[in-house]
Amino acid sequence: MENTLIFDLSMMMAKILVILAGTLGVVPIMVWFERRGAAWMQRRVGPNRVGPFGLLQPLADVVKFIFKETFIPKNANRFYYLMAPIIALIAPLCALAVIPFGSKAIINGHEVILQVAQMDTGVIFILAFAGLEVYPVILAGWASRNKYSVLGALRGSSQIVSYEISMGLALLSMLVVYGSFNPHEMVSWQQGTLGFLPRWGAFVNPVGALIFWIAIFAETNRLPFDLAEGESEIVAGYHLEYGGMKFAAFFMAEYVAMIMASGLLATLFFGGYGILPGMSTLIQAIGSHFAFGEVGFQNLKAAFEFISFATKVAFFMFMFVWIRWTLPRFRFDQLMDLGWKILFPISLINLVVVTLGVYYFNS
Amino acid sequence: MGTINVSKKYTVKERAYLPAILIGMKITMKRFIQGFLFGKHDTILYPEKKRDYSDRFRGMHFISVDKNKTENCTACYLCETICPAECIHIEADERDEDNNPYGVKKEKKPVSFDIDALRCCFCGFCEEACPKDAIKLSTNYELAVSSRDQAIYDLDHLKRDMNGRSEKK
Repeated sequence: MENTLIFDLSMMMAKILVILAGTLGVVPIMVWFERRGAAWMQRRVGPNRVGPFGLLQPLADVVKFIFKETFIPKNANRFYYLMAPIIALIAPLCALAVIPFGSKAIINGHEVILQVAQMDTGVIFILAFAGLEVYPVILAGWASRNKYSVLGALRGSSQIVSYEISMGLALLSMLVVYGSFNPHEMVSWQQGTLGFLPRWGAFVNPVGALIFWIAIFAETNRLPFDLAEGESEIVAGYHLEYGGMKFAAFFMAEYVAMIMASGLLATLFFGGYGILPGMSTLIQAIGSHFAFGEVGFQNLKAAFEFISFATKVAFFMFMFVWIRWTLPRFRFDQLMDLGWKILFPISLINLVVVTLGVYYFNS
Repeated sequence: MGTINVSKKYTVKERAYLPAILIGMKITMKRFIQGFLFGKHDTILYPEKKRDYSDRFRGMHFISVDKNKTENCTACYLCETICPAECIHIEADERDEDNNPYGVKKEKKPVSFDIDALRCCFCGFCEEACPKDAIKLSTNYELAVSSRDQAIYDLDHLKRDMNGRSEKK
């Protein structure tokens, strides 16, 4: 009894460590890739002075952030001012806890489900914490008591709110298909094939996938929807009065939110941790080569599931950068037009069509 | 005058927006692969590699010298007179009459020849005015200094043994 408790606890700590270290470790790489990738796409060289290929540039940035003065504006509301970056960083990290990164590993005769928090209401939990991402924007803008910050916060929050509706409707259409809130059941539904395609949500419900994909760009405040920031119009945006580590927290939060959104997109629409097409033969080959037992096979499968999940997330992260340096940003009225007049009706119609389709196929 | 209306009717394909996005993404992907795999870039790594300008580029002045390393300037004040920015300041003196190998060709010499590079507009009038081809503009464009005093260049600094304008030769 004691032993199982210690085992469970240590496994839980290990999983949290994997997620936390993985996420926070990817952030500097993404910062580097964002800048280097941007340079490559614009036929520039990019940062190449610090370390090999400029890989230590994020480290130099972090050192700079740490040694900067901790500055709080005189008239700012201290509590909310300091609260905003904390919420910004913690909300997407919490949402990551529910995204599974593998089915299960068998360690010491115990099944370990590769997900930090096993919840039946998984997707609702993710949505709740993704919805929290509006709060740091509003809090930071309002609490720093700067007119430009407030303008940025208003723009950012109205954008996030208007895109959350189409995002929610696209997600709802997938919930109708899967008939479950549990991410594990969603992933297992997506195993198998549709003709020559894998039975991924994106191929079952392509319109929903596209809308969801567009909406997460707006949710994470990424280009072409980065209206919360605007150097030319509102100096910087909601984080105008933040400097040093507090700004670094916002900066990291953006990338953590991107990782979370990519993980969510992969889980809902692209088979989650389901192994990539062609990998099952590889697993069979490796397993039979080393003469693995049932346990070994399961663990090997779990490892490949993790690799598949990481590959998918990496691809969507690359898409974020790719889209960012391809598209010009929207004007604010165009953004609202797209959100309310195009995506919202399409996602509503899509929801009805998918529901009728599911009814037709099930009966 | 009057407003010219340049708006046009968009086709369905243009209004769908997504095909255009895909074309754009194809272009950036091509650039990305060129940069990532082949290291192709249109910029230059500046401090290590310098941009080549043509010999007609008007950069910092220099004063040409003859084979005895004596400046060709005879302190005729033509450049100072024509300078629209009034950045050249010359003080003239006579050469020693008994000990002058140039004779009548170089009777005068500049005691001091200062150019205030911060005032200069690099128009090149001084170069055109000079009857002795003494003051010329080089192709040197790296003129950053850390204080105003350093931007005032004197005769010793300006004297260069160069044939043309650029240091390449």
